[in-house]
Amino acid sequence: MSSRSTLTLTTTSAEDTKAAAAAIASVLRAGDVVALSGGLGAGKTCFVQGAADRLGVRSPVTSPTFVLVKLLPAPVPVVHVDVYRLERLGHLDDLGEDVFAPDVVTFVEWADTMRPLLPDDRLEVVLAQGEDRADPELRRLTLHAHGPRWAPRIEALEQVCQPWR
Amino acid sequence: MLVLGIETSCDETAVGIVEDRFHLRANVIASQVELHAPYGGVVPEVAARAHLDALLPAVDTALVHAGVGLTDIDAVAVTAGPGLVGALLVGVSAAKGLALAHDLPLLGVNHLRAHVEVAQLEHGELEPPLVALVVSGGHTSIVVMDDDGVFRELGGTIDDAAGEAFDKIARYLGLPFPGGPEIDRLAREGNRDAFHFPRALLNDGTYRLSLSGLKTAVIRELRRLEAAGEEIVLADVAASFQEAIVDVQVTKTLRAAAEQGLDQVVLAGGVAANSRLRERFAAETEANGQRLLVPSIPLCTDNGAMVAASGANLLAVGRTAGLGLAVDPNLPLAG
Repeated sequence: MSSRSTLTLTTTSAEDTKAAAAAIASVLRAGDVVALSGGLGAGKTCFVQGAADRLGVRSPVTSPTFVLVKLLPAPVPVVHVDVYRLERLGHLDDLGEDVFAPDVVTFVEWADTMRPLLPDDRLEVVLAQGEDRADPELRRLTLHAHGPRWAPRIEALEQVCQPWR
Repeated sequence: MLVLGIETSCDETAVGIVEDRFHLRANVIASQVELHAPYGGVVPEVAARAHLDALLPAVDTALVHAGVGLTDIDAVAVTAGPGLVGALLVGVSAAKGLALAHDLPLLGVNHLRAHVEVAQLEHGELEPPLVALVVSGGHTSIVVMDDDGVFRELGGTIDDAAGEAFDKIARYLGLPFPGGPEIDRLAREGNRDAFHFPRALLNDGTYRLSLSGLKTAVIRELRRLEAAGEEIVLADVAASFQEAIVDVQVTKTLRAAAEQGLDQVVLAGGVAANSRLRERFAAETEANGQRLLVPSIPLCTDNGAMVAASGANLLAVGRTAGLGLAVDPNLPLAG
Protein backbone atom coordinates (compact mmCIF):
# COMPACT_ATOMS: atom_id res chain seq x y z
CA MET A 1 0.00 0.00 0.00
CA SER A 2 1.49 3.33 -0.99
CA SER A 3 1.44 6.17 1.51
CA ARG A 4 -0.53 8.12 -1.05
CA SER A 5 -3.55 5.95 -0.41
CA THR A 6 -3.72 6.93 3.26
CA LEU A 7 -5.63 10.04 4.30
CA THR A 8 -6.17 11.46 7.75
CA LEU A 9 -9.22 13.63 8.41
CA THR A 10 -10.44 15.44 11.48
CA THR A 11 -14.12 16.06 12.20
CA THR A 12 -15.44 18.27 14.97
CA SER A 13 -18.91 16.85 15.68
CA ALA A 14 -21.28 14.03 14.78
CA GLU A 15 -22.78 16.29 12.10
CA ASP A 16 -19.31 16.99 10.75
CA THR A 17 -18.55 13.26 10.59
CA LYS A 18 -21.76 12.82 8.60
CA ALA A 19 -20.72 15.62 6.24
CA ALA A 20 -17.29 14.07 5.68
CA ALA A 21 -18.94 10.68 5.07
CA ALA A 22 -21.30 12.30 2.54
CA ALA A 23 -18.34 13.82 0.72
CA ILE A 24 -16.60 10.43 0.60
CA ALA A 25 -19.84 8.84 -0.59
CA SER A 26 -19.77 11.12 -3.63
CA VAL A 27 -16.90 9.02 -5.04
CA LEU A 28 -18.48 5.65 -4.16
CA ARG A 29 -20.02 3.46 -6.82
CA ALA A 30 -21.80 0.12 -7.11
CA GLY A 31 -19.64 -2.75 -5.89
CA ASP A 32 -17.64 -0.68 -3.41
CA VAL A 33 -16.98 -1.91 0.10
CA VAL A 34 -16.32 0.47 2.98
CA ALA A 35 -14.86 -1.28 6.04
CA LEU A 36 -15.32 0.71 9.25
CA SER A 37 -13.53 0.14 12.51
CA GLY A 38 -13.15 2.04 15.76
CA GLY A 39 -14.36 1.65 19.33
CA LEU A 40 -17.82 1.97 20.81
CA GLY A 41 -19.14 5.49 20.25
CA ALA A 42 -16.42 6.39 17.72
CA GLY A 43 -19.03 7.31 15.10
CA LYS A 44 -19.26 4.33 12.75
CA THR A 45 -23.05 4.34 12.45
CA CYS A 46 -22.91 8.12 12.17
CA PHE A 47 -20.55 7.75 9.21
CA VAL A 48 -22.90 5.30 7.49
CA GLN A 49 -25.85 7.65 8.11
CA GLY A 50 -24.05 10.52 6.37
CA ALA A 51 -22.88 8.38 3.47
CA ALA A 52 -26.24 6.64 3.02
CA ASP A 53 -28.03 9.98 2.90
CA ARG A 54 -25.72 11.12 0.12
CA LEU A 55 -26.34 7.85 -1.75
CA GLY A 56 -30.06 8.59 -1.70
CA VAL A 57 -31.22 6.35 1.14
CA ARG A 58 -34.44 7.85 2.52
CA SER A 59 -35.32 5.28 5.19
CA PRO A 60 -33.81 5.74 8.67
CA VAL A 61 -30.36 4.21 9.04
CA THR A 62 -30.61 2.43 12.38
CA SER A 63 -28.00 0.15 13.85
CA PRO A 64 -28.01 -3.32 12.25
CA THR A 65 -26.32 -4.86 15.30
CA PHE A 66 -29.20 -7.25 15.99
CA VAL A 67 -30.02 -8.48 12.48
CA LEU A 68 -26.39 -8.16 11.30
CA VAL A 69 -27.39 -6.90 7.84
CA LYS A 70 -29.83 -4.27 6.60
CA LEU A 71 -30.56 -3.59 2.94
CA LEU A 72 -31.41 0.08 2.38
CA PRO A 73 -33.19 0.94 -0.87
CA ALA A 74 -31.53 3.69 -2.97
CA PRO A 75 -30.58 4.27 -6.63
CA VAL A 76 -27.53 2.14 -5.79
CA PRO A 77 -28.79 0.16 -2.79
CA VAL A 78 -26.81 0.28 0.42
CA VAL A 79 -26.03 -2.83 2.43
CA HIS A 80 -25.28 -2.01 6.05
CA VAL A 81 -23.48 -4.78 7.93
CA ASP A 82 -22.63 -4.77 11.64
CA VAL A 83 -20.73 -7.71 13.02
CA TYR A 84 -20.39 -6.37 16.58
CA ARG A 85 -22.26 -9.33 18.06
CA LEU A 86 -20.17 -11.85 16.24
CA GLU A 87 -17.10 -13.03 17.97
CA ARG A 88 -16.15 -14.79 14.79
CA LEU A 89 -17.60 -15.36 11.39
CA GLY A 90 -16.91 -18.54 9.49
CA HIS A 91 -18.79 -17.99 6.27
CA LEU A 92 -20.04 -15.01 4.35
CA ASP A 93 -23.18 -17.07 3.67
CA ASP A 94 -24.20 -16.32 7.25
CA LEU A 95 -24.75 -12.72 6.28
CA GLY A 96 -26.92 -13.36 3.21
CA GLU A 97 -26.33 -12.83 -0.48
CA ASP A 98 -26.48 -9.00 -0.62
CA VAL A 99 -23.22 -8.45 1.24
CA PHE A 100 -20.41 -7.40 -1.16
CA ALA A 101 -22.74 -7.79 -4.16
CA PRO A 102 -21.59 -5.94 -7.31
CA ASP A 103 -24.76 -3.85 -7.56
CA VAL A 104 -24.72 -2.39 -4.05
CA VAL A 105 -22.43 -0.34 -1.83
CA THR A 106 -21.57 -2.32 1.31
CA PHE A 107 -20.63 -0.70 4.63
CA VAL A 108 -19.25 -3.00 7.32
CA GLU A 109 -19.11 -1.90 10.96
CA TRP A 110 -16.62 -3.66 13.27
CA ALA A 111 -14.88 -4.84 10.11
CA ASP A 112 -11.94 -6.19 12.16
CA THR A 113 -14.10 -9.14 13.18
CA MET A 114 -14.35 -10.36 9.60
CA ARG A 115 -11.04 -9.12 8.21
CA PRO A 116 -10.15 -12.42 6.46
CA LEU A 117 -13.48 -12.29 4.64
CA LEU A 118 -13.19 -8.70 3.41
CA PRO A 119 -12.54 -8.25 -0.32
CA ASP A 120 -9.09 -7.01 -1.38
CA ASP A 121 -10.65 -3.95 -2.98
CA ARG A 122 -11.99 -1.81 -0.18
CA LEU A 123 -11.93 1.55 1.50
CA GLU A 124 -10.97 1.22 5.14
CA VAL A 125 -12.08 3.89 7.54
CA VAL A 126 -10.68 3.84 11.07
CA LEU A 127 -12.47 6.20 13.46
CA ALA A 128 -10.81 7.26 16.69
CA GLN A 129 -12.06 9.44 19.48
CA GLY A 130 -9.70 12.36 19.98
CA GLU A 131 -7.41 12.24 22.98
CA ASP A 132 -8.16 15.93 23.42
CA ARG A 133 -10.31 15.98 26.54
CA ALA A 134 -11.13 19.63 26.05
CA ASP A 135 -13.05 18.62 22.95
CA PRO A 136 -14.49 15.11 23.26
CA GLU A 137 -16.42 15.60 20.02
CA LEU A 138 -13.26 15.51 17.89
CA ARG A 139 -12.79 12.42 15.73
CA ARG A 140 -9.84 11.31 13.66
CA LEU A 141 -10.72 9.40 10.50
CA THR A 142 -7.94 7.45 8.85
CA LEU A 143 -8.75 6.30 5.33
CA HIS A 144 -6.86 3.53 3.55
CA ALA A 145 -7.85 2.78 -0.02
CA HIS A 146 -6.94 -0.78 -0.98
CA GLY A 147 -6.76 -2.45 -4.36
CA PRO A 148 -7.00 -1.69 -8.06
CA ARG A 149 -10.62 -0.50 -7.90
CA TRP A 150 -9.47 2.42 -5.79
CA ALA A 151 -6.17 3.30 -7.52
CA PRO A 152 -7.77 5.54 -10.16
CA ARG A 153 -9.97 7.26 -7.59
CA ILE A 154 -7.38 8.26 -4.99
CA GLU A 155 -7.11 11.79 -6.35
CA ALA A 156 -10.85 12.29 -6.38
CA LEU A 157 -11.01 10.96 -2.83
CA GLU A 158 -8.29 13.38 -1.71
CA GLN A 159 -10.14 16.22 -3.33
CA VAL A 160 -13.51 15.61 -1.68
CA CYS A 161 -11.79 15.13 1.69
CA GLN A 162 -9.86 18.39 1.47
CA PRO A 163 -12.02 20.38 3.94
CA TRP A 164 -11.30 17.87 6.74
CA ARG A 165 -7.54 17.35 6.19
CA MET B 1 -57.72 -25.82 18.65
CA LEU B 2 -54.07 -26.37 19.51
CA VAL B 3 -51.43 -24.27 17.77
CA LEU B 4 -47.76 -25.15 18.07
CA GLY B 5 -45.41 -22.17 17.73
CA ILE B 6 -41.74 -22.30 16.76
CA GLU B 7 -39.34 -19.43 17.44
CA THR B 8 -35.75 -19.46 16.17
CA SER B 9 -35.16 -15.86 15.11
CA CYS B 10 -32.09 -15.26 17.28
CA ASP B 11 -30.40 -17.09 20.14
CA GLU B 12 -33.30 -18.98 21.70
CA THR B 13 -34.78 -22.16 20.32
CA ALA B 14 -38.32 -22.03 21.63
CA VAL B 15 -41.54 -23.97 21.19
CA GLY B 16 -44.91 -23.11 22.66
CA ILE B 17 -48.37 -24.57 22.52
CA VAL B 18 -51.50 -22.46 22.86
CA GLU B 19 -55.06 -23.73 23.06
CA ASP B 20 -58.00 -21.74 21.70
CA ARG B 21 -55.92 -18.56 21.32
CA PHE B 22 -55.76 -17.68 25.03
CA HIS B 23 -54.61 -20.69 26.97
CA LEU B 24 -50.94 -21.40 27.45
CA ARG B 25 -50.30 -25.14 27.39
CA ALA B 26 -46.51 -25.25 26.99
CA ASN B 27 -43.60 -22.86 26.70
CA VAL B 28 -40.22 -24.53 26.26
CA ILE B 29 -37.04 -22.53 25.76
CA ALA B 30 -33.74 -24.17 24.91
CA SER B 31 -31.58 -21.11 25.54
CA GLN B 32 -28.36 -20.70 23.64
CA VAL B 33 -27.07 -18.13 26.08
CA GLU B 34 -24.59 -20.53 27.61
CA LEU B 35 -23.45 -21.62 24.21
CA HIS B 36 -22.72 -18.07 23.04
CA ALA B 37 -21.52 -16.62 26.34
CA PRO B 38 -17.87 -17.65 25.86
CA TYR B 39 -17.86 -15.68 22.59
CA GLY B 40 -19.47 -12.57 24.10
CA GLY B 41 -22.04 -12.58 21.34
CA VAL B 42 -23.92 -14.62 18.81
CA VAL B 43 -22.04 -16.78 16.34
CA PRO B 44 -24.36 -17.32 13.37
CA GLU B 45 -23.25 -20.78 12.34
CA VAL B 46 -23.28 -21.85 15.99
CA ALA B 47 -26.79 -20.41 16.36
CA ALA B 48 -28.15 -22.14 13.27
CA ARG B 49 -26.59 -25.47 14.17
CA ALA B 50 -27.77 -25.20 17.76
CA HIS B 51 -31.32 -24.45 16.59
CA LEU B 52 -31.11 -27.53 14.41
CA ASP B 53 -29.99 -29.70 17.32
CA ALA B 54 -32.39 -28.23 19.87
CA LEU B 55 -35.56 -27.78 17.89
CA LEU B 56 -37.03 -31.25 17.60
CA PRO B 57 -36.27 -32.14 21.25
CA ALA B 58 -37.93 -28.83 22.20
CA VAL B 59 -41.01 -29.79 20.17
CA ASP B 60 -41.12 -33.15 21.96
CA THR B 61 -40.74 -31.51 25.37
CA ALA B 62 -43.49 -28.99 24.61
CA LEU B 63 -45.83 -31.82 23.61
CA VAL B 64 -45.05 -33.64 26.85
CA HIS B 65 -45.64 -30.49 28.90
CA ALA B 66 -48.98 -29.94 27.18
CA GLY B 67 -49.84 -33.62 27.58
CA VAL B 68 -50.67 -34.00 23.91
CA GLY B 69 -49.27 -35.74 20.87
CA LEU B 70 -48.36 -34.31 17.48
CA THR B 71 -51.60 -35.74 16.12
CA ASP B 72 -53.55 -33.46 18.47
CA ILE B 73 -51.95 -30.31 17.02
CA ASP B 74 -54.21 -28.33 14.66
CA ALA B 75 -51.73 -25.89 13.13
CA VAL B 76 -48.03 -25.00 13.10
CA ALA B 77 -46.93 -21.38 13.52
CA VAL B 78 -43.39 -20.16 12.99
CA THR B 79 -41.50 -16.86 13.15
CA ALA B 80 -40.84 -15.77 9.55
CA GLY B 81 -38.99 -12.57 10.54
CA PRO B 82 -37.37 -10.35 11.53
CA GLY B 83 -34.21 -12.04 12.74
CA LEU B 84 -31.03 -13.73 11.61
CA VAL B 85 -31.54 -15.30 8.22
CA GLY B 86 -29.87 -18.65 8.96
CA ALA B 87 -31.60 -18.99 12.32
CA LEU B 88 -35.02 -18.16 10.85
CA LEU B 89 -34.52 -20.71 8.09
CA VAL B 90 -34.07 -23.55 10.58
CA GLY B 91 -37.40 -22.80 12.25
CA VAL B 92 -39.32 -22.22 9.03
CA SER B 93 -37.94 -25.38 7.41
CA ALA B 94 -38.83 -27.46 10.45
CA ALA B 95 -42.33 -25.95 10.58
CA LYS B 96 -42.87 -26.72 6.92
CA GLY B 97 -41.75 -30.29 7.51
CA LEU B 98 -44.21 -30.72 10.38
CA ALA B 99 -47.03 -29.08 8.44
CA LEU B 100 -46.39 -31.26 5.41
CA ALA B 101 -45.94 -34.51 7.32
CA HIS B 102 -49.06 -34.03 9.42
CA ASP B 103 -51.12 -32.16 6.83
CA LEU B 104 -51.52 -29.08 9.03
CA PRO B 105 -52.03 -25.42 8.18
CA LEU B 106 -48.82 -23.34 8.35
CA LEU B 107 -48.83 -19.86 9.87
CA GLY B 108 -46.08 -17.29 9.22
CA VAL B 109 -45.69 -15.07 12.27
CA ASN B 110 -44.15 -11.62 12.64
CA HIS B 111 -41.86 -11.84 15.66
CA LEU B 112 -42.51 -8.24 16.75
CA ARG B 113 -46.27 -8.52 16.45
CA ALA B 114 -46.10 -11.73 18.45
CA HIS B 115 -44.29 -9.89 21.28
CA VAL B 116 -47.39 -7.66 21.58
CA GLU B 117 -50.04 -10.32 21.02
CA VAL B 118 -48.63 -12.65 23.66
CA ALA B 119 -50.27 -10.32 26.20
CA GLN B 120 -53.57 -12.08 25.35
CA LEU B 121 -52.39 -15.20 27.20
CA GLU B 122 -52.42 -13.36 30.53
CA HIS B 123 -54.75 -10.42 29.93
CA GLY B 124 -57.34 -11.92 27.59
CA GLU B 125 -58.39 -10.64 24.17
CA LEU B 126 -56.59 -7.41 23.29
CA GLU B 127 -59.06 -4.62 22.72
CA PRO B 128 -57.45 -2.17 20.33
CA PRO B 129 -56.86 0.67 19.83
CA LEU B 130 -53.82 0.62 22.07
CA VAL B 131 -50.27 1.87 22.18
CA ALA B 132 -47.39 -0.57 22.46
CA LEU B 133 -43.71 -0.12 23.14
CA VAL B 134 -41.85 -2.96 21.48
CA VAL B 135 -38.39 -2.99 22.93
CA SER B 136 -35.72 -5.63 22.44
CA GLY B 137 -32.17 -6.18 21.30
CA GLY B 138 -32.97 -5.16 17.76
CA HIS B 139 -36.03 -2.97 18.12
CA THR B 140 -37.34 0.04 19.93
CA SER B 141 -40.64 1.11 18.40
CA ILE B 142 -43.71 2.92 19.60
CA VAL B 143 -46.69 1.57 17.69
CA VAL B 144 -50.44 1.87 17.65
CA MET B 145 -52.58 -1.21 17.18
CA ASP B 146 -55.70 0.20 15.53
CA ASP B 147 -59.30 -1.01 15.94
CA ASP B 148 -58.85 -3.42 13.04
CA GLY B 149 -55.72 -4.96 14.58
CA VAL B 150 -53.42 -3.31 12.05
CA PHE B 151 -50.15 -1.96 13.45
CA ARG B 152 -49.00 1.56 12.67
CA GLU B 153 -45.58 2.78 13.74
CA LEU B 154 -45.56 6.18 15.44
CA GLY B 155 -41.83 6.29 15.89
CA GLY B 156 -38.83 4.49 17.18
CA THR B 157 -35.11 4.62 17.57
CA ILE B 158 -33.18 6.46 14.90
CA ASP B 159 -29.96 4.69 15.82
CA ASP B 160 -29.46 2.00 18.52
CA ALA B 161 -32.17 -0.23 19.97
CA ALA B 162 -32.53 -0.18 23.75
CA GLY B 163 -31.44 -3.79 24.23
CA GLU B 164 -28.42 -3.15 22.07
CA ALA B 165 -27.47 -0.12 24.19
CA PHE B 166 -27.78 -2.29 27.33
CA ASP B 167 -25.60 -5.00 25.80
CA LYS B 168 -22.95 -2.64 24.48
CA ILE B 169 -22.58 -0.70 27.72
CA ALA B 170 -22.56 -3.96 29.69
CA ARG B 171 -19.76 -5.31 27.56
CA TYR B 172 -17.90 -2.01 27.95
CA LEU B 173 -18.27 -2.30 31.72
CA GLY B 174 -16.89 -5.83 31.54
CA LEU B 175 -20.16 -7.48 32.57
CA PRO B 176 -21.00 -10.97 31.30
CA PHE B 177 -23.20 -11.68 28.27
CA PRO B 178 -26.13 -11.09 27.95
CA GLY B 179 -25.69 -7.64 29.38
CA GLY B 180 -29.25 -6.42 29.90
CA PRO B 181 -30.06 -8.55 32.98
CA GLU B 182 -26.59 -7.80 34.41
CA ILE B 183 -27.14 -4.03 34.22
CA ASP B 184 -30.60 -4.48 35.76
CA ARG B 185 -29.13 -6.47 38.66
CA LEU B 186 -26.20 -4.10 39.22
CA ALA B 187 -28.41 -1.01 38.96
CA ARG B 188 -30.43 -2.13 41.98
CA GLU B 189 -27.38 -1.47 44.17
CA GLY B 190 -26.58 1.85 42.53
CA ASN B 191 -27.61 5.48 42.72
CA ARG B 192 -29.53 6.44 39.60
CA ASP B 193 -28.87 10.14 40.23
CA ALA B 194 -25.11 9.69 40.47
CA PHE B 195 -24.65 10.76 36.85
CA HIS B 196 -26.96 12.72 34.64
CA PHE B 197 -26.67 11.10 31.25
CA PRO B 198 -28.43 12.71 28.27
CA ARG B 199 -32.06 11.99 27.36
CA ALA B 200 -31.86 12.71 23.65
CA LEU B 201 -34.94 13.99 21.81
CA LEU B 202 -36.97 13.84 25.03
CA ASN B 203 -38.95 16.96 24.21
CA ASP B 204 -38.54 17.24 20.45
CA GLY B 205 -42.25 16.79 19.77
CA THR B 206 -41.78 13.51 17.88
CA TYR B 207 -41.93 9.82 18.81
CA ARG B 208 -38.34 9.31 17.71
CA LEU B 209 -35.75 8.02 20.18
CA SER B 210 -31.98 8.20 19.98
CA LEU B 211 -29.72 6.12 22.21
CA SER B 212 -26.40 6.33 20.41
CA GLY B 213 -25.43 9.63 22.09
CA LEU B 214 -26.23 8.15 25.50
CA LYS B 215 -23.84 5.27 24.85
CA THR B 216 -21.11 7.72 23.80
CA ALA B 217 -21.76 9.90 26.87
CA VAL B 218 -21.41 6.94 29.25
CA ILE B 219 -18.12 5.91 27.65
CA ARG B 220 -16.84 9.48 27.74
CA GLU B 221 -17.69 9.80 31.44
CA LEU B 222 -15.94 6.51 32.25
CA ARG B 223 -12.85 7.64 30.40
CA ARG B 224 -12.89 10.99 32.20
CA LEU B 225 -13.11 9.29 35.60
CA GLU B 226 -10.37 6.89 34.65
CA ALA B 227 -8.07 9.68 33.48
CA ALA B 228 -8.78 11.65 36.66
CA GLY B 229 -7.93 8.57 38.71
CA GLU B 230 -11.33 8.64 40.37
CA GLU B 231 -13.02 5.54 41.66
CA ILE B 232 -15.69 4.20 39.31
CA VAL B 233 -18.74 2.78 41.08
CA LEU B 234 -20.11 0.47 38.40
CA ALA B 235 -23.47 0.15 40.15
CA ASP B 236 -23.93 3.93 39.97
CA VAL B 237 -23.00 4.00 36.29
CA ALA B 238 -25.42 1.12 35.58
CA ALA B 239 -28.25 2.72 37.57
CA SER B 240 -27.81 6.16 36.00
CA PHE B 241 -27.48 4.74 32.49
CA GLN B 242 -30.54 2.51 32.94
CA GLU B 243 -32.56 5.43 34.29
CA ALA B 244 -31.76 7.51 31.20
CA ILE B 245 -32.96 4.74 28.86
CA VAL B 246 -36.05 4.06 30.95
CA ASP B 247 -36.90 7.76 31.22
CA VAL B 248 -36.98 8.29 27.48
CA GLN B 249 -39.03 5.18 26.80
CA VAL B 250 -41.61 5.77 29.51
CA THR B 251 -41.97 9.46 28.66
CA LYS B 252 -42.29 9.01 24.92
CA THR B 253 -44.63 6.01 25.08
CA LEU B 254 -47.01 7.51 27.61
CA ARG B 255 -46.97 10.83 25.79
CA ALA B 256 -47.87 8.94 22.60
CA ALA B 257 -50.77 7.28 24.40
CA ALA B 258 -52.04 10.61 25.72
CA GLU B 259 -51.68 12.40 22.40
CA GLN B 260 -53.37 9.58 20.51
CA GLY B 261 -56.16 9.55 23.08
CA LEU B 262 -55.49 5.91 23.98
CA ASP B 263 -55.66 4.58 27.53
CA GLN B 264 -54.20 1.10 27.03
CA VAL B 265 -50.48 0.51 26.90
CA VAL B 266 -48.70 -2.75 26.09
CA LEU B 267 -45.07 -3.16 27.12
CA ALA B 268 -43.52 -5.84 24.92
CA GLY B 269 -40.23 -7.47 23.95
CA GLY B 270 -37.16 -8.75 25.74
CA VAL B 271 -36.24 -5.43 27.36
CA ALA B 272 -39.74 -5.38 28.91
CA ALA B 273 -38.18 -7.86 31.36
CA ASN B 274 -36.13 -4.96 32.80
CA SER B 275 -37.34 -4.44 36.36
CA ARG B 276 -36.94 -0.67 36.41
CA LEU B 277 -38.82 -0.25 33.11
CA ARG B 278 -41.70 -2.37 34.46
CA GLU B 279 -41.71 -0.46 37.74
CA ARG B 280 -41.80 2.97 36.09
CA PHE B 281 -44.46 1.93 33.55
CA ALA B 282 -46.62 0.46 36.32
CA ALA B 283 -46.36 3.57 38.52
CA GLU B 284 -46.95 6.10 35.78
CA THR B 285 -49.79 4.33 33.98
CA GLU B 286 -51.50 3.94 37.32
CA ALA B 287 -51.07 7.65 38.06
CA ASN B 288 -52.44 8.49 34.61
CA GLY B 289 -55.38 6.12 34.91
CA GLN B 290 -54.12 4.08 31.93
CA ARG B 291 -54.36 0.31 31.67
CA LEU B 292 -50.96 -1.40 31.44
CA LEU B 293 -50.65 -4.81 29.82
CA VAL B 294 -47.26 -6.34 30.43
CA PRO B 295 -46.53 -10.02 30.00
CA SER B 296 -44.78 -11.95 32.76
CA ILE B 297 -41.02 -12.16 32.21
CA PRO B 298 -40.90 -15.61 30.54
CA LEU B 299 -43.35 -14.28 27.95
CA CYS B 300 -41.40 -11.02 27.39
CA THR B 301 -38.15 -12.57 26.29
CA ASP B 302 -38.22 -14.55 23.04
CA ASN B 303 -40.50 -17.57 23.42
CA GLY B 304 -42.58 -20.02 21.45
CA ALA B 305 -45.88 -19.28 23.19
CA MET B 306 -45.99 -15.82 21.63
CA VAL B 307 -45.57 -17.37 18.19
CA ALA B 308 -48.33 -19.88 18.91
CA ALA B 309 -50.63 -17.09 20.17
CA SER B 310 -50.00 -14.84 17.19
CA GLY B 311 -50.35 -17.84 14.87
CA ALA B 312 -53.65 -18.76 16.51
CA ASN B 313 -54.90 -15.24 15.73
CA LEU B 314 -53.89 -15.65 12.08
CA LEU B 315 -55.61 -19.03 11.94
CA ALA B 316 -58.80 -17.54 13.39
CA VAL B 317 -59.03 -15.12 10.46
CA GLY B 318 -57.90 -17.71 7.90
CA ARG B 319 -54.54 -16.13 7.15
CA THR B 320 -52.56 -19.31 6.62
CA ALA B 321 -49.28 -19.42 4.71
CA GLY B 322 -48.40 -21.83 1.95
CA LEU B 323 -45.42 -24.17 2.00
CA GLY B 324 -43.66 -21.45 0.01
CA LEU B 325 -43.44 -19.33 3.18
CA ALA B 326 -40.25 -17.28 2.95
CA VAL B 327 -38.17 -15.82 5.76
CA ASP B 328 -37.72 -12.04 5.86
CA PRO B 329 -34.82 -10.92 8.11
CA ASN B 330 -36.04 -7.28 7.88
CA LEU B 331 -39.79 -7.89 8.21
CA PRO B 332 -41.36 -4.62 9.46
CA LEU B 333 -43.82 -4.44 12.32
CA ALA B 334 -46.26 -2.10 10.60
CA GLY B 335 -49.14 -3.63 8.64
